[in-house]
Amino acid sequence: MKTPMLTSIKLVACAALLAMPASVLAGPSKSPAVAAEPSPVILIQNATILTVSHGTIERGSILIKDGKIAEVGASVKAPKDAQVIDAAGQFVMPGIIDCHSHIAVDGNVNEGSVSVSSMVNIADVLNPDDIDIYRDLAGGVTVANVLHGSANAIGGQTIVIKLRWGQPASKLPFEGALPGIKFALGENPKRSNFSRGTPRYPATRMGVEETIRGAFSEARDYKAVWDQYNKRVAAGEKNLIPPRHDLRLDPLVEVLEGKRYVHSHCYREDEILMLLRVAKEFGFKVRTFQHVLEGYKVADEIAASGAGASTFSDWWAYKVEAYEAIPYNAALMTRRGVIVSVNSDDAEEATHLNQEAAKTIKFGGLSHDEALKLVTLNPAIQLGIDKRVGSIDPGKDADLVIYNHDPLSAYAVVQKTLIDGRVYFDRQRDIADRPAREKEKKALLEKEKKAGEKKTESGEAAKKPGEKKPEEKKPEEKKPEEKPKPPQADAVFGGAR
Amino acid sequence: MKLPTLPLRVLYFLCLLTIIYFPQITSAQDASPTYAITHAKIFTLSGATIDDGTLVIQNGKISNVGAAVDVPAGAQVIDGKGLQVYPGLFDPITQMGLREIGAVNATVDSSEVGAFNPDVVAADAVLPSSEHIPVTRAAGITEVLAVPASGGMDSGGATGILGGQASAIHMSGWTISDMLLKKSVAMVLNWPEIQTQTFDFSTFSRKQKSYSDAKQEYEKQVNELTDWLDRARHYAQALGHGSPGDFQRDLQLEALVPVTRGEMPVLVMADKARDIRNAVEFCDKQKLKMILAGGAEAYKVKDLLRSKSIPVILGPTLTLPHEEDDPYDRLLTQPAELLAAGVKLAFGSFDNSFSRRLGQQAANAVAYGLPYDEALKAVTLYPAEIFGLADQVGTLESGKIANVIVTNGDPLELTTEVRYLFIKGQLTSLDNKQKALYEKYLKRPKS
Repeated sequence: MKTPMLTSIKLVACAALLAMPASVLAGPSKSPAVAAEPSPVILIQNATILTVSHGTIERGSILIKDGKIAEVGASVKAPKDAQVIDAAGQFVMPGIIDCHSHIAVDGNVNEGSVSVSSMVNIADVLNPDDIDIYRDLAGGVTVANVLHGSANAIGGQTIVIKLRWGQPASKLPFEGALPGIKFALGENPKRSNFSRGTPRYPATRMGVEETIRGAFSEARDYKAVWDQYNKRVAAGEKNLIPPRHDLRLDPLVEVLEGKRYVHSHCYREDEILMLLRVAKEFGFKVRTFQHVLEGYKVADEIAASGAGASTFSDWWAYKVEAYEAIPYNAALMTRRGVIVSVNSDDAEEATHLNQEAAKTIKFGGLSHDEALKLVTLNPAIQLGIDKRVGSIDPGKDADLVIYNHDPLSAYAVVQKTLIDGRVYFDRQRDIADRPAREKEKKALLEKEKKAGEKKTESGEAAKKPGEKKPEEKKPEEKKPEEKPKPPQADAVFGGAR
Repeated sequence: MKLPTLPLRVLYFLCLLTIIYFPQITSAQDASPTYAITHAKIFTLSGATIDDGTLVIQNGKISNVGAAVDVPAGAQVIDGKGLQVYPGLFDPITQMGLREIGAVNATVDSSEVGAFNPDVVAADAVLPSSEHIPVTRAAGITEVLAVPASGGMDSGGATGILGGQASAIHMSGWTISDMLLKKSVAMVLNWPEIQTQTFDFSTFSRKQKSYSDAKQEYEKQVNELTDWLDRARHYAQALGHGSPGDFQRDLQLEALVPVTRGEMPVLVMADKARDIRNAVEFCDKQKLKMILAGGAEAYKVKDLLRSKSIPVILGPTLTLPHEEDDPYDRLLTQPAELLAAGVKLAFGSFDNSFSRRLGQQAANAVAYGLPYDEALKAVTLYPAEIFGLADQVGTLESGKIANVIVTNGDPLELTTEVRYLFIKGQLTSLDNKQKALYEKYLKRPKS
């Protein structure tokens, strides 16, 4: 082991696949999610229901039909054929929505070669086999805002997904959710903590602002050309040559037209206000400020702009712009009228976002419901999907998590996670399946070993003994710009955080 | 307890502080005043929990604890009704005071260059005014080990092999001498791995190595380490047989002598089963006293660890499993599994800014099967025992250093507040940079 931190930097899913083909086959069961099956009628009963929108119902029931919440209340009449989940002594809350995630991405999350990388799209590289989807599902996460990295002032396009483990990539996107684009301010886009290669513009916060202004200035001109073309076509002009499409500017035009959300990574108070000024100048909205660790200093301005704030619970000091981060940030911004969420930016952190939300009760005195909202209804509002998810109300998607204790306790463990009324994670089933998975893995390894021996025998690729041992696959493969673990990885790599 | 509005809550807290701080300020220059915490639920961790008890602190030590204990004359009384008293939490692996801001090299002193630095000692570079100390303290952590070469990106990716000596420090003090619990408690040994893939920080690229080359590199490192220990033994022999004037002093070998004698434990950083096995075999052969740190795959070698009585500092446990096909809760169920196998364990944050998650780490292990009492001891008594400090800290017993916390509930739970905190018998401030910023911006006029 070199350092615990380094070893915690994860493999990209595809690299792990190459190292050991058996692993995915031996992974958690994907059986629950057969796409074509109609979703069953389910009754969850005897549960403490944390609706988030209208208080807590003791010993209540939830009826699920066609993937939606049909009824919620103290007494609910269910059809006879309903599948019953008895949740006596357990707690049900809305599925957790992670407003800043990098799971399910095949490869690097950063196209870091240019300062405006709006032409690339995370939606094009969704990997439904990423094991982190399942792990986060097991932590109660049902929806994730999958973002590009923070290496560029204007980064790549982003997408909201549901964690439908077992479904193909085409079934992951959250239907109807507006796509987004990642912006980034401060140390990461100006590459403060990087020593590699030749310097890249911008290298200052001034330059970050000009990069964004420059791009939007171009986008505005580009849009004008298209607008004029469309107008002339509409007026009946014939034989016009359409303007050439610009893949870099098209998403920015969508931003100007309100068809694409801006999710901007930021830390310092000054850069938050800077982006608000630029947005005003060009007439677009900032949908969320991400991380926004100094958001508490300019909470009124954020609230007035209508932007949301999506922050960490208690990360700090991994770089200069995180040195005045405070765990009271979420509570302070909430008190000033900002819609606040607590996010993960990390596949592991996402497995206990309920706990991270709970910390705001201690740091800033939020109520139980306010704390729950930080990882449910508020991120739903921020992503424009609150009519569909974020609370337990009739008509909403049946995205639910069942815990054995109050989810705002460090002792709570997820028992089941449902998406669209289907059980996608079941702790008891996961545990029961383990011996079979272990057996399957052993058999596959044995098969692989035998195949290797045969090859050696046939004189092909004579390898030293031990070389084919499964232990040899290296979890330490360092993939620097990839999902770093708190706190210092980002500081050095400027990855996603 | 729920208070209606935020300002009221803060006001309440400020009032509380004023009451507490007044006596502290007036007596700062004197020997510690006498304190009595009365009518509190006291979790001694050395014996039964006392439901309604009194704990007396005198001259920096716990002088008395029990159900029927008299309050000494002149003692400052803290009414502990409805409150709970515990030993302060002990984080056994941090870079406290050695690293302020991870990305700023100028503020990072946690890892030396070179592979063998047995003579460097954490205490020599601990910054007593580090902002991390009061922030962490507010979470109820009263003592930590500052451990060189123990993690973080500050090392430039290379932590060396013998990383230096860890120091046990109290989480308060004007100077390092105020803070020292014990200067040298363990020698850091980053166990070399057989690495077929390495990351070159100078070119920022990955490099592939063949297994045989990697194995050769590994063996070379282990041979070097063996050579260092051999030389230290010869040095010790020479020391024992000649006058000090007869040979040249070697500070590095001198630092290794207590390690070769088994007087100072080696804190072996290793995660993978193969590395742990190799390290155990090595330490056994060299007769070194081994403490394992990290231990992500310790469960695979639990019987070996038990049979050799090697304790484990687990951490950071809020980490995803190493292997893609491991059960999703692999690192969460491990503590219970190790305990059941008879392995002694403690939790460590392996960090500064996440040190305050120590209680959360322990509580999460309880959620996945670790008995609560064991979890509590794994962040108090057990780290003290593992590093030979249990005669001084770790429980609430007469004669021990008064590192004590008074809380409104379970100290491992996320929402519990620390109300009073004592370090070396001094009532110590729970204020910190973060709270100050909070209070400052709470008062920002509406714009």
